[in-house]
Amino acid sequence: MSDFETVAASENQAARRGPSGEPGAPNQVGVPQKPRSLAGDAWRDLRRKPIFWISLALVVLVAAMAAVPGLFTANDPRDCVLARQHAGPSGGAIFGYDFQGCDTYSRAVYGARASLLVGALSALLTGLIALAVGLLAGYFGRWVDAVLSRVIDIVLGIPLLLAAIVLLKRVNSDSSTVRISAVIFVLAVLGWTTAARVVRSSVITAKEQDYVAAARMLGAGDGRIMLRHILPNALAPAIVVLTIALGSFIAAEATLSFLGIGLRAPAISWGIDIDAGRVHMRESATPLLVPSVFLALTVLAFIMLGDAIRDAFDPKLR
Amino acid sequence: MFRFILRRLLQMVLAFFGTTLIVYALMFAGQGDPIQALAGERPVTAAQRAYLTEKFHLDRTGVGGFFYRYFDYLRNLLQGDLGQSLTGRSIGDILAAAWPVTVKLALIAMAVTILFGVTAGVLAGIRRASIFDNSTLLLTLLVLGIPTIVLAPLAQYLLGVRWQLFPPTAGADPDLYALLLPGIVLGSLSLATALRLTRTSVAENLRADYVRTARSKGLVKRRIVSVHVLRNSLIPVVTFLGVELGNLMSGAIITEGVFNIPGVGFNLFRGIRTEDGPLVVGIVSVLVVVYLVSNLVVDVLYAVLDPRIRYE
Repeated sequence: MSDFETVAASENQAARRGPSGEPGAPNQVGVPQKPRSLAGDAWRDLRRKPIFWISLALVVLVAAMAAVPGLFTANDPRDCVLARQHAGPSGGAIFGYDFQGCDTYSRAVYGARASLLVGALSALLTGLIALAVGLLAGYFGRWVDAVLSRVIDIVLGIPLLLAAIVLLKRVNSDSSTVRISAVIFVLAVLGWTTAARVVRSSVITAKEQDYVAAARMLGAGDGRIMLRHILPNALAPAIVVLTIALGSFIAAEATLSFLGIGLRAPAISWGIDIDAGRVHMRESATPLLVPSVFLALTVLAFIMLGDAIRDAFDPKLR
Repeated sequence: MFRFILRRLLQMVLAFFGTTLIVYALMFAGQGDPIQALAGERPVTAAQRAYLTEKFHLDRTGVGGFFYRYFDYLRNLLQGDLGQSLTGRSIGDILAAAWPVTVKLALIAMAVTILFGVTAGVLAGIRRASIFDNSTLLLTLLVLGIPTIVLAPLAQYLLGVRWQLFPPTAGADPDLYALLLPGIVLGSLSLATALRLTRTSVAENLRADYVRTARSKGLVKRRIVSVHVLRNSLIPVVTFLGVELGNLMSGAIITEGVFNIPGVGFNLFRGIRTEDGPLVVGIVSVLVVVYLVSNLVVDVLYAVLDPRIRYE
């Protein structure tokens, strides 16, 4: 199995030199000015891609919605009057009202907060676990690597949705804070493995470099070498993986809320609204369509962003 | 090879114990007085209490007792005795009725994946950077990015309710036509992945030395692609499809729930909704086993198909 991992490692070798500022190979074609780093090359590549700008704009828009939903809608998402059930657009409610008589658009705007919170925090937690495990396994090798790699294999072998169902069924509290933290925790505990493998393989290639040997000869300890010399090089590929993971965590949160084991009403989440809208789609489709489009665009934006950055950092495709 | 299979088997056994332990610990351990929980608000007589304690080995306390009951659960699981759901039906019976439907749905999804995904992947790989290649790449990105909870209700609404091309729900004892739309929705995700995998694999193999040799021998392009390149580039695709078959069987929770298909995923969906603990645990345990076994089969298949791969 280690054959694959070395292949993956050599693939990551190029992506390894990220925004950390480690100067890459000087550009041989250009006039001998300042040598351009791989990050600089990647940035030049990214700037020309419309997909990068579109997805970045979407991400910024959703982030703004999550931070200050009041900027996008004046209506209260919890102001629901049954008399307005499935009523058409009026007074700021540009997409009309849902089955409970709540403003569909306003609920979709306020739903961004839960999604982004879960996505960002679980990606952060995932990143921390992955960096710790990947660094230890890649740097120390031998039995540490053997044990940690088997742990990765086992966790990777657990189907995410099924495990999340079992874990979240245990959470009986209806408090929004408890449920949202539980979802974040569960997604992080189950989702760190891919990133950990990426970190591990970039650590393995980084620790063979001359500057690591130089640092060791100068008397640097294991901790210093890991944190100052190896970690910055393992960071770039990990961040790319985590950007894509962030999108899938948002989708996972919505799926769990849709099933009724993630967030629960009165919390506002796209997954909850899609489930509610689905039941009444024959009477009125907009309460289903609006949160669906919001969710799909957000997940797509993160995945496309990660994809574009990865392509820019992967010299194989140049 | 033998050593590899042995190692892989040991790893699976470990994963099996790990996951079942987690499932069991989370569902049943540390929940106060289980006998009182079973009885609800009613009082429990001393005789009943003694009987139930005896039956479920509750007299053994501490960590030892926990593992004793865990192995009880494992033994029952391996013997196919999954207990009863809260509605009093045997979970084994529910699953026996549900499996054929789920397998049928998974096979439809698989057929869709192979028919469209692999074919389009080969075409895109041969004509790399063409309009066809770029548009399929963008389309697959879209499919990969749209979660099933959006895709399934949307397909149901547009194709089932609005334009009425397909029946919107399947209901009891569904025929092939009713399962077609859910099958396409279920297969779309693996279709996109299979397409990308085939494309990359074909494009890489086209650059291989043996292709150059074949071309310099004067073989026509069609023969090079269909005999030399395809056989080599479909190896990762075949293994991916194997993993997907396992995924499709366990991953149909949303699709079966939305389209009302009485398969395994639908029962799990309902179990979650109705807070039916034993039903959820029973189904999840079985699905985890299916998933682990299918992963094992695929890994071994990989080594058999491609002798270049050496597992130490």
